[in-house]
Amino acid sequence: MDFMNSRRNFLKVSALTGGGILFGLVFPSFETNDASTALADYMPNIYIKIKPDGKIVLMAPNPEIGQGVKTSLPIIIAEELGVDWKKIEVELAPLDNRYGRQTAGGSGAIRGRYADLRKMGAAAREMFVNAAAQIWSVSAADCIADDGMVIHKSSEKKLSYGELASKAVTMQIPANPTLKDPKDFKYIGTRITDVDVHSIVTGKPLFGIDTRRKGMLFAMIARSPAYGKTLGNVDDTKARKVNGVKNVIKLKNSVAVLATSTWAAKKGRDALVIQWNTTGKLENSSDHFAGFKEILEKGPTTVGRNDGDVEIAKQKATKVLDVYYEIPTLSHCQMEPLNFFADVRDGKVELYGPTQVPDQLRNDVAEKLGINKDNITVGVPRQGGGFGRKLMTDNGVEAALVSAAAQSPVQVQWTREDDMQNDFYRPAEMYRYRAALTANELLAWHQSAVGIGRGIRGDSYVAGAMVNYRSDSQGFNSNTPTGWWRAPGACTMAYVAESFFDEICLELKKDPVAFRLDFFKKAKDAPVGRVGYDPTKYKAVVELVAKMSNWGTTPDGVYRGFATWFSFGSYAAQVVEVKLEDGKPRVTKVYCAVYCGRVINLSGAENQIQGAIVDGINHAMFPKVTFVDGAVQETNFNTYNFLRMYDAPLDIEVKFVESDEAPTGLGEPALPPIAAALGNAIFAATGKRLRRLPFAGQL
Amino acid sequence: MAKYSLSINGKIMSVEADDDTPLLWVLRDNLNLVGTKFGCGVAQCGACTVDLDGEALRSCVLPVSAVGKRKVVTIEGLSEDGDHPLQKAWEELDVSQCGYCQSGQLMAASTLLKSTPDPTDQQIDEAMTNICRCGTQVRIRKAIHLAAKKLNTK
Ligand code: FES
Ligand code: FES
Repeated sequence: MDFMNSRRNFLKVSALTGGGILFGLVFPSFETNDASTALADYMPNIYIKIKPDGKIVLMAPNPEIGQGVKTSLPIIIAEELGVDWKKIEVELAPLDNRYGRQTAGGSGAIRGRYADLRKMGAAAREMFVNAAAQIWSVSAADCIADDGMVIHKSSEKKLSYGELASKAVTMQIPANPTLKDPKDFKYIGTRITDVDVHSIVTGKPLFGIDTRRKGMLFAMIARSPAYGKTLGNVDDTKARKVNGVKNVIKLKNSVAVLATSTWAAKKGRDALVIQWNTTGKLENSSDHFAGFKEILEKGPTTVGRNDGDVEIAKQKATKVLDVYYEIPTLSHCQMEPLNFFADVRDGKVELYGPTQVPDQLRNDVAEKLGINKDNITVGVPRQGGGFGRKLMTDNGVEAALVSAAAQSPVQVQWTREDDMQNDFYRPAEMYRYRAALTANELLAWHQSAVGIGRGIRGDSYVAGAMVNYRSDSQGFNSNTPTGWWRAPGACTMAYVAESFFDEICLELKKDPVAFRLDFFKKAKDAPVGRVGYDPTKYKAVVELVAKMSNWGTTPDGVYRGFATWFSFGSYAAQVVEVKLEDGKPRVTKVYCAVYCGRVINLSGAENQIQGAIVDGINHAMFPKVTFVDGAVQETNFNTYNFLRMYDAPLDIEVKFVESDEAPTGLGEPALPPIAAALGNAIFAATGKRLRRLPFAGQL
Repeated sequence: MAKYSLSINGKIMSVEADDDTPLLWVLRDNLNLVGTKFGCGVAQCGACTVDLDGEALRSCVLPVSAVGKRKVVTIEGLSEDGDHPLQKAWEELDVSQCGYCQSGQLMAASTLLKSTPDPTDQQIDEAMTNICRCGTQVRIRKAIHLAAKKLNTK
């Protein structure tokens, strides 16, 4: 048994019946001491499967929610393995602890797996080369591997990986495989189309909502119409009479209707007569904001960071800028409304559906149903968006409970209204910003934050470059549920901090790009306290975007805004251009420079950046959730307004700072700065400083 | 329950459904044509868009009883081999992210190209009112222009 010289994983190799070969990584905790254990025991952790006919299957271990990892993770393996990308197949891996962290969230999949997948691919390639060299009795150094073939350079003899599989299996596993020199990369850094694109454009059943199983019933669930209300009397007489309705099941705080079609389930659900009792506080968004304001006026209690003395600086100042920013509650609204398939019978559970955390779901279902984890399988299809909603497991757990009670396979389908009324919202927040200024200097920066359920950290820039800096915050209690929403924390922090920075630039008559560069220089040359970012990388993206947009030479009739932010390991700097159409600003173009280490798939990476920018513009402009007496007022897209084609930029130009470093996050980092860049552009165009999201109603 | 004969993707299909069942659910649940997607149920998002006699129609609000003899084309019937110029352009430009909204986007775009073979940006703005939560609008616009070019040079 040989080990790969990897941080925590071991390579396993074994024969596939009929002459193929399997490569997988095994976590030490699952390792037995018996070196001869057949890999069959470890089947689920397989990453590379090469069949004797040469067919190559690569596994993508993390859920695909639109962030592109079903394509980009296998690219890494294919690159080192030396196979023809066009000839491989990609499968989403099932849930198995031996794959390690199988989460879609925190922009972490590529970050976490890059090094291991490269080593594995390289080790496998070397084993094929060694196998061929032995067969031909030549030196391995005289052979090369490419497109799934090993070639003997001088004689031009060739053997395919499929042909070599049975021999390769007997080769030593290299302890230190030689990784490719990045300048020889064939796939990494190029444009590769999403592996599912053909299935998507031809309408193939790829998603959880498309699940159809024998004997499956369709279910819809009546849930509380307001936070603070719980289930009382249920009269299901009418519901049971609806054509197609098969069963009505009362759960702890909801009622499920099972039927032979989605429509029948919905009609049955809507025919339930339910009394909802008020058992908790019925909250209003207006009270949330009034409460926030009160706290901010007094001063929040938790000090996150305190450098120098902002109070003394305020006394020395000739002007103290003192402003409030307001952020509404938001829903996730991933495009595919929640759903889940569950089949709980005879102590066994099969779950299949959209989740960003399959492992957590299995734990939760095991606990709720009292069934051992080993008897629970979780399959994860491609998902119609995530954005953090499915870091919560409620949709899967609920389906399991319904199936267990009904003793039948069911698909629970949520309507958009169900989705929006039963979310884990991006919490409402309010910020107070104070800047102590002289005619040409920023003496102190004081940010205060209040939000439902959580405070903020205070380490983002300008911290690290300010002698007098204070960040304080306070949580606010509420029974409205909150959760993670794309780029949590950063998505709102960047808006307020970067808008306020623009206000300061205006006061001090500084150029927004040049003034930021001053800060990064200070953070580098004379840091104050902890510097939670790399000023050199920040500088690189700011300079690149300034160059891309020809900053300083705005074309006629165009107004610009600038912002930059660091999150999830990556740096993004953006210039937004707006024009006035009928007196209203319209976004025409966005420039974005990104520092995210090495780019794996240029097309996918650019898509993530463009998507995050449009997503950010949408949420800066249009939607908000309002609670009135605990009930969500905006329950569908007719009131929860969303961006359409007209509102999206005509063009988004993206450039990546060239880098040899390991990849960092991509799914989230371009979202945080865009709201500020847009707000700053709107200010340039209209003279209106918008300190409340969303903007649309204020223009 | 009533029986309906529907013309879908060039074939006559018979289904049994309550007369108020939206065409969307007839397609998905009765006929297993699940390429047409559910996103809102209130004619807002366009995920359920089908081609009804050449017009883009949001099938989540059209009761099956109102379809009549009109011809329905769904994403599964947009082309025989997945080679409609729009489908090819979508692949070429790698338009999709999660992919969920894209069948509706393609059906909206295909009816646009029927009436307007070479649409301007403004015509695209007006016709493409579908929601894409992932933010693929920039690539969708480019792909429509590319498909128009393919169509017109055929
Ligand atoms: S589902 Fe029909 S328009 Fe949204
Ligand atoms: S690609 Fe995800 S909603 Fe459009």
